[in-house]
Amino acid sequence: MNETVLEKLKILAESAKYDVSCASSGTSRSGKKGMVGSAAGWGICHSFAEDGRCISLLKIMLTNYCMYDCAYCINRRSNDLPRATLSVTELVDLTIEFYRRNYIEGLFLSSGVVRSPDYTMERLVRVVKDLRLIHRFNGYIHMKSIPGASQELVNEAGLYADRLSVNIEIPNEKSLQTLAPEKDFKSVFAPMRYIQQGVLQSAEERKRFRHAPRFAPAGQSTQMIIGATADTDKDILRLSSALYQRPTMKRVYYSGFIPVNDYDNRLPALKQPPLVRENRLYQADWLLRFYEFKVDEIVNDAYPELDLEVDPKLSWALRNPHMFPVDINKADYELLLRVPGIGVKSAKMIVVSRRYSRLGSEQLKKIGVVMKKAQYFITCHELAMRTVNELTPENVRHILTQKKGRKLDDRQLTIQFQDVL
Amino acid sequence: MIAFIYDKTFEGLLTAVFDAYVRKSFPNVLLAEGEPLPLFCEETVTIYSDKKKADRVWKGLEKKVSKLSLSGLTVSWLSELPEVDMLLFRYIRKALDHSKSIELNFGDPDVLQISKVWKKVSNERLRIMQFLRFQKALDGTYFSAVEPIYNVLPLVLPYLNDRFGDQKWLIYDMRREYGYYYDLKETIEVRFEQKEEHLLSGFLNESLMDKDEKLFQQMWKEYFKTIAIKERINPKLHRQHMPARFWKYMTEKQ
Repeated sequence: MNETVLEKLKILAESAKYDVSCASSGTSRSGKKGMVGSAAGWGICHSFAEDGRCISLLKIMLTNYCMYDCAYCINRRSNDLPRATLSVTELVDLTIEFYRRNYIEGLFLSSGVVRSPDYTMERLVRVVKDLRLIHRFNGYIHMKSIPGASQELVNEAGLYADRLSVNIEIPNEKSLQTLAPEKDFKSVFAPMRYIQQGVLQSAEERKRFRHAPRFAPAGQSTQMIIGATADTDKDILRLSSALYQRPTMKRVYYSGFIPVNDYDNRLPALKQPPLVRENRLYQADWLLRFYEFKVDEIVNDAYPELDLEVDPKLSWALRNPHMFPVDINKADYELLLRVPGIGVKSAKMIVVSRRYSRLGSEQLKKIGVVMKKAQYFITCHELAMRTVNELTPENVRHILTQKKGRKLDDRQLTIQFQDVL
Repeated sequence: MIAFIYDKTFEGLLTAVFDAYVRKSFPNVLLAEGEPLPLFCEETVTIYSDKKKADRVWKGLEKKVSKLSLSGLTVSWLSELPEVDMLLFRYIRKALDHSKSIELNFGDPDVLQISKVWKKVSNERLRIMQFLRFQKALDGTYFSAVEPIYNVLPLVLPYLNDRFGDQKWLIYDMRREYGYYYDLKETIEVRFEQKEEHLLSGFLNESLMDKDEKLFQQMWKEYFKTIAIKERINPKLHRQHMPARFWKYMTEKQ
C-alpha cells in the first residue's frame, strides 16, 4: 500500500460516485470462524457524504477506462479525464482494511467496459471470487453486471456477490439508442433475466439440498436517470412497477440528471439537477412498494407527471375526496395507509392500539401521525373536524402548500405597503 | 406523597415493585439515597435490593408480556434518563395488574412513552454501530472511542463480537469512563485507573499507530471527500443523518 493507491482511489471514486445505489440490505449472515466480517440484514450506513447520501459500501470502479461513449456518463470514451485501474490486490486490501476499521459494510464494485463486456465481467468476477475464497471476506458485496455479459459469467458472479445490478439508465429504448448508440434494451434486460433465473433456480435447489449454494441472496436492483430525456413520470413509474412485478427486483433507484458532459447537445442544459422531481419519484416508488398503490392510481394518462408541489399520496387523496374521511377506529389497514400523514408505522400502531380503546386526535398525534395533513382526511371519535369534503380539495391544497413564513397574528390587520421606486 | 429510596439499580427497581405489592402502597417518587426529598413527603421507605424478590417480579412479568417487550424494558433502563425508573415502575405495575397483555396499547401514555424511550436507545445503539471508527495500534489492537448519550455499549457488543471476531479491539465510552476489550477469546469490561493519552483524547498517538494506519485514515478521508456530488451538497441533510455530536471521534471528520 502506498501513495499511488491514494491517487487511484480518488480517480476511481470520482468516477463511481454517480451510481446511486449504496444499500447493504437484504442479506443476513453472522460472522464465521476464519472469515472476516458479517452482514446485517437491514443494512448499515457507516457515514454520510456532504450531499446527505449514505456511504455504506466502498463504491469504486475497477477501472474507469471505457470503450463506450454514452452521452450521460462521465467516463465516456471521448472525455478527457484522468484514468486509472486498480490491481486485484490493491482493491482487496482497501476493502478489508476499511472494513476492519468499521468504515464500510462491504464493497460496491463496478467498472468501465474494456475490450468486451465478457472480458470486463470476467475481471470483476475474479476480484469478487478472490475476496470471498482467498481472503475469506464475509461482508457485503454488490457487483455491477456488465450489459451484454454472458450467462456463464453472471452465474459465477451470483455465487460470490450478495446483490447484482444492471442499470437501465434511460427508461425508453428509443432515447437510449440516441444517447448510447452502443447499447440497447436487450443488452440490459438479458443480464437481468440471467440474475433472476439464477436466484430462482438456487432457491429451488436449496429447498431440496440445505447446503446448495446461495445465488445473489439480496436480489438485484437497477437505476434510471431522470430529466435527461423527455420521458414522463408515467413512463418511468410504469417501468418501475413492471420491474417490481419480477420476483428478484428489490429496488429501482432514480438519479436526477447532473449535466456531466455539458458540451453534448443531445442532452438538456440544466442549471440544477431535478432534485424535487427525484424526491417525488422516490415517494411514488414507496407508495408502490409499501402502501399497496397501483401505478395507475399515482400517474395515468390524465396526470402523466407527478405533482411537484405536494407529495404523490396527498395528490392522490385530493383527486379522490370521495374516499374520505376515513374513520380511524374502524377503517381497514389498507385504507388507513391511504390517508396522507399516516405512514406504515402509525397505521400498524393504530390497528393494534384501537383494540384496547377508541383513539382520539391527541393520541394519534403522540403515536406519530402528521395531524397537519391527516386532520382533513379522518374522523375519530371526537367532534367532526372540517374535512376535505367540506373544505374542497382546492382549499386543502392551498392550506397545505402555504409557504412557512413568519406567523402573522390574524387578529391584526396588515398594512399593504406599495413598493416605492 | 410516598417516596421509595433505592440503590438505582435495575434489581433495586424490581425489588421496589415487590415491596410495594407487599406493603400495598405505591410510591409517587423513586429516589436514590442522599437525594433531596420532595415537599410534603408523608412517608419514605428504604428498599434493599434483593435478588430473590427481583427474580420473582421478573418471572411474574414473563407471564404477562412477551420476551421482546421485556427486553424493551431493560433497554429503556439503559437510557439512564432521570424519570425512566418511575416510568418503568408504572409500566410494570400496569402489566402485572391487567389480565390481558398491555404491551400493544399505545393509547396508554406509559406504554407509548416506554416504546419511545426504547426506540431512542435503540437508535443510539445503531448510531454507535454506524459511526464508531477503529484505529489500528502497533500491537494489532483496534481502538475506538465513543461518547453515546445513553449507555448503549452493552447493546453494541453482539455486533462487534460477531463482526470483528478475528481482531483484537477495545471500545471505550469516554463519558462513562469504561469500555470493553476483546482479546480473540472473550470480551471483558475494562476500567482504567491511570488513563493514557488516547483514553483522554480518543485518538491514538502517532507513535502508537500501526505503520499503515495513517495512510488508511488519509485514504478514507479522501474517499469521503470525493464521493460527495458537488451539485447536490446538502448540509442540513448531512447533519440530520449524521448529527454533529458524533463527528468528534470520526476519522473522516478530523
